[in-house]
Amino acid sequence: MDRRAFLATAAVGTATLAFPHVLRGQTKDPIRIGFPSPLTGPFAVLAEDQKKGAELAVDELNARGGILGRKVEVLVRDDQLKPAIGAQRTKELIENEKCQFIVGGLAAHVQMAINEQTKKSNVLFISVSQSDEISARPDGGPLTFHEALNPTITCRAVGSWVAQNLGKKWWIVYADYAWGKQCNMVLSETLKKNGGTVLGATPYPLGSAEFSAHLPRIQAAKPEVLMSVTPGADNIAFLKQAISFGMKKDMKIAQPLHWLANAKQAGADVMSDVYGGINFYWELQDTNPSAKRYVESFQKKYGTPPQDYGCYSYSAIMEIARGAELAKSTDSEAVAKALRANREYDHYKGKQWWRACDNKAFQDMWILKAREAGKTRGDWGLFDVVTRIPGNEELERTCAEKGIA
Amino acid sequence: MADLTLAALAAQLFTGLVLGMILVLLAVGLSLIFGLMTVVNFAHGSLYMLGAYLGFFLLGLTKNFWISLVLAPLLVGLFGLLIERVLVRPLYGRSIDDPLLLTFGLSLVLVEAARLIWGKIGLTLDPPPALAGAVNLGFSAFPLYRLFVIAVTLAVLIALWLFLEKTDVGLIIRAGSRDRLMVRALGVDLGRIWLIVFGIGTALAGLAGILAGPMRGVYAEMGVTIVIESFVVVVVGGMGSLLGAIVAGILIGEVVSLTTYFAPKLAEIMVFVVMALVLLVRPSGLFGETGLME
Repeated sequence: MDRRAFLATAAVGTATLAFPHVLRGQTKDPIRIGFPSPLTGPFAVLAEDQKKGAELAVDELNARGGILGRKVEVLVRDDQLKPAIGAQRTKELIENEKCQFIVGGLAAHVQMAINEQTKKSNVLFISVSQSDEISARPDGGPLTFHEALNPTITCRAVGSWVAQNLGKKWWIVYADYAWGKQCNMVLSETLKKNGGTVLGATPYPLGSAEFSAHLPRIQAAKPEVLMSVTPGADNIAFLKQAISFGMKKDMKIAQPLHWLANAKQAGADVMSDVYGGINFYWELQDTNPSAKRYVESFQKKYGTPPQDYGCYSYSAIMEIARGAELAKSTDSEAVAKALRANREYDHYKGKQWWRACDNKAFQDMWILKAREAGKTRGDWGLFDVVTRIPGNEELERTCAEKGIA
Repeated sequence: MADLTLAALAAQLFTGLVLGMILVLLAVGLSLIFGLMTVVNFAHGSLYMLGAYLGFFLLGLTKNFWISLVLAPLLVGLFGLLIERVLVRPLYGRSIDDPLLLTFGLSLVLVEAARLIWGKIGLTLDPPPALAGAVNLGFSAFPLYRLFVIAVTLAVLIALWLFLEKTDVGLIIRAGSRDRLMVRALGVDLGRIWLIVFGIGTALAGLAGILAGPMRGVYAEMGVTIVIESFVVVVVGGMGSLLGAIVAGILIGEVVSLTTYFAPKLAEIMVFVVMALVLLVRPSGLFGETGLME
């Protein structure tokens, strides 16, 4: 740095210190997006991924000049997977930190608590994890958008595929809470529609580590498919124990969702040959140009391929940017209207669209089959992509069925 | 409701036995410590967790499951000695609540420490190749590793029984748990005995942890629920009674397993239903003596 440059820098620095309000007035206040997410607790791994997706989106937006010429910030706050804390954090984000929009939430009951606050303050909220309630009466509303898949869509899509391809006699093991119960219900209906039979369905308390007492009965029933509705850490414990009882040899194992982080932690010996649905898997980049761009950008920032839940946050923040640019405003109602009027978008995996009557996102999903040990690709190449299930409004309840027609 | 064939019943009973064995190992340690020192060790669940993490750590270091299986409980036992000597000993002679609060606090510290050291995400511990897979027991395929857990627990219980019944130290321990003052009057240094018993009790928790790891995974909160169930086992068996802890541990394992078969939603609360029923009929537990808590 020569003397002249040094002096110039010093002068600007001094001016910034002396007259911060002047400088800020020139660049305008940043647009703030609040992001409650359970950074601690049983879903910490997924929350970390959510945070990464959101921060990547903000980086990309700022690199191309922000939203409406204003810088973008995302404020991630820990909701501890508790509805009361989620509500509190959301209120603080809106009232104290002056966030114009809220994105985030993981687990249906916390999303609902966040949504109650955003509705009270008339702030646009894009929910980014699975819930059937969030886009239906009474929770849904004109400013509540839902970017993620939900139990109905996931379990109708995966259920039909499994019934048609793996077998029609099932046993379902499900975590006894909202998501698990909804999945069990939808899977059972879907199987019946496909002419199959549910030999049995056993609930277990979410967060269990011991499943052995469930297994002899399932073994004796000899289902063709064991459907495992076991989120988070339960997933690994359940599969491991089922396999130790020799069940992988006797039946196919499928689950509504795969999670890349789980598959990596469990290892290929446990996960191999297990089928499941997913909203995104990084090897889609081989055939899908949007995915290729997204995976490269993510890989550059974090050094690993993106997982599944972070994509939802990335896409949701990009949608806020798109809505605000279209509306030329950061007013929540104007942005919501702009998104409903310009329904199609594509941020990371190809065309998606909003359904105007319930602000629900429709998108492709995929069926994956976990690879055997020795056939994996690097640290993260753990799945074969079996098939694509195109986004389809018929997989979801109609708006009339959801009470909002 | 489901109908139960003989083969399914046998499989279910075997499953329940394994659940019971882990509870027995924990409850025997708790009961031993309580019987001699009237210390309610709330950190027992965290020591169980510590046993599993140390097992994982040692397995990475030595690549040998058998060495880890021996070393991890020993290290947890040594840590137990330290806890007794430094933290619990100053509280003897005070009310029963003081060591309870202290060990409860310690359990929180240990869980946080495990999160800091090994992370918030659980770890996977694999059984040794020799014990992987399932064997056909005639009525059903059953994991070999779970049979091994039954065998190890039985061997440890027999060794413990021999130690308590056939050795001089065992004699003093039994005498000390019956009448501490009288043993002292006979010139026995009870401080050393307390140390040994605390060490044995905590080592058993560590053993339960490393045995459970390959079945249930290793995570910081793994001791939180099971310590409550273990206390229930101790209460059902009778505070301070080793035979009681063994019988009650197996009983509760079997009740949970059979309830899971018929009515999975009730399995979780059955632990407490058993406790309530036993306490209604026998207020001091199955094999408990009256007066220990006073």
